[in-house]
Amino acid sequence: MSQKVLLNATAINIILHRLACQLIENHKDFSNTVLIGLQPRGKYLANRLAEMLKTEYKIKNLQLGQLDITFYRDDFRRGDKIHEANTTAIDFIVEDKNVVFIDDVLYTGRSIRAALTAIQSFGRPNEIELLTLIDRRFSRHLPIQPNYRGRQVDAINKEKVIVSWKENDGEDVVYLVNS
Amino acid sequence: MSELSVNHLLGIKYLQEKDIQLIFETADHFKEVINRPIKKVPSLRDITIANLFFENSTRTKLSFELAEKRLSADVINFSAAQSSVKKGETLIDTVNNILSMKVDMVVMRHPNPGACVFLSKHVKANIINAGDGAHEHPTQALLDSYSIRERLGDVSGKNVVIVGDILHSRVALSNIYALKLQGANVMVCGPKTLLPKYINQLGVKVETNLRKALEWCDVANMLRVQNERMAISYFPSTREYTQQYGVNKALLDSLEKEITIMHPGPINRGVEITSDVADSKQAIILDQVQNGVAVRMAVIYLLASKIKQ
Repeated sequence: MSQKVLLNATAINIILHRLACQLIENHKDFSNTVLIGLQPRGKYLANRLAEMLKTEYKIKNLQLGQLDITFYRDDFRRGDKIHEANTTAIDFIVEDKNVVFIDDVLYTGRSIRAALTAIQSFGRPNEIELLTLIDRRFSRHLPIQPNYRGRQVDAINKEKVIVSWKENDGEDVVYLVNS
Repeated sequence: MSELSVNHLLGIKYLQEKDIQLIFETADHFKEVINRPIKKVPSLRDITIANLFFENSTRTKLSFELAEKRLSADVINFSAAQSSVKKGETLIDTVNNILSMKVDMVVMRHPNPGACVFLSKHVKANIINAGDGAHEHPTQALLDSYSIRERLGDVSGKNVVIVGDILHSRVALSNIYALKLQGANVMVCGPKTLLPKYINQLGVKVETNLRKALEWCDVANMLRVQNERMAISYFPSTREYTQQYGVNKALLDSLEKEITIMHPGPINRGVEITSDVADSKQAIILDQVQNGVAVRMAVIYLLASKIKQ
């Protein structure tokens, strides 16, 4: 097994600032926008961006939630692995809001498909955008593309992209792992 | 994620402590789901579930059906009153006929103890016991423990008394197994005639004085007197039973602490519990009903995830 560092802490920090600025460019003061981190790994990126928007860009009244897609997956009973459900925390109305889904890696697009179904249980958003830190090119199974991307990566199928966060894994770093 | 150690839910007796924790953690997520504007997830779209009720039921049947529908399963219902059972068909034949219509899972209530265990050995489907005679009613015990956990934070170390007709109660037996497995202290309380002869072997305390039992406990689970299962008289009169084993406001107010009151339903108001107690804040009877749907969704989801395609 070999691993290569795709992004180090400094590079991640620069990208997070850029993504935050791009969000502000499109959503102004976020008065009609909600950020939703996709469980399990997207919540770290969502929390980090929300924190940055609040403290460094002085966005007030930012609404942040977490959405779990386990019960909406299209591979229930299809693999050996049983998927673990996580907490969903959306304590605001999404009806007519601009929703931004936030996830760490966009790969096949299937979890985003599940998230698009899941969010409908909470209402009908005005529009839904997608922000990902890593966009794995040429690996999509569905016609889904991000609106905001941190870094585009060409990785072959047996390679894995692993995003570590300081608050959960000890350091901010993105690895490309070849197993 | 770990999975259940069993392929059927036949009784709490067959479960391990970690199974119960897994069911509760999954039920937490479903409880959030059933409080959304759209209370439904598509997980079990390709699963068909048969609800076979060979004995009357209102809330258990509704609760199971609602849980199945919230998971998007297809549901077929069967009750013995309008069926070929009356024409002399055996249980295995009835069920196999239903299964040949491509049913994946069976929820069954039956008046005979062990009917679900018997069925699980003879048919190919996941079986959930919704009550078999005076034996077990596992989902009721799970939702009772889940409600205790929700109200008091934890089940372990809590003192729980089960009051009333222990002899004829499947709820009592399943509750004893479930509570002991989670480390609670369990007491049963009722007239001697309604306590099983070998109840001590289950490792529970026995008390015939309701007041002493209530002073000891954190939670009191009040059972219904099952007149339909009593061929003979077990106590002189309903009035005498109520005076000795019914809870009322005055009795609860005279205790030094506020205990939680549970009831699996249906309530005989004025017999085992008075109306003012049943409708008070101390009672979590309606929470139990709501939690029933979430817990049953969790059980069905976890068992369905073991059906391979």
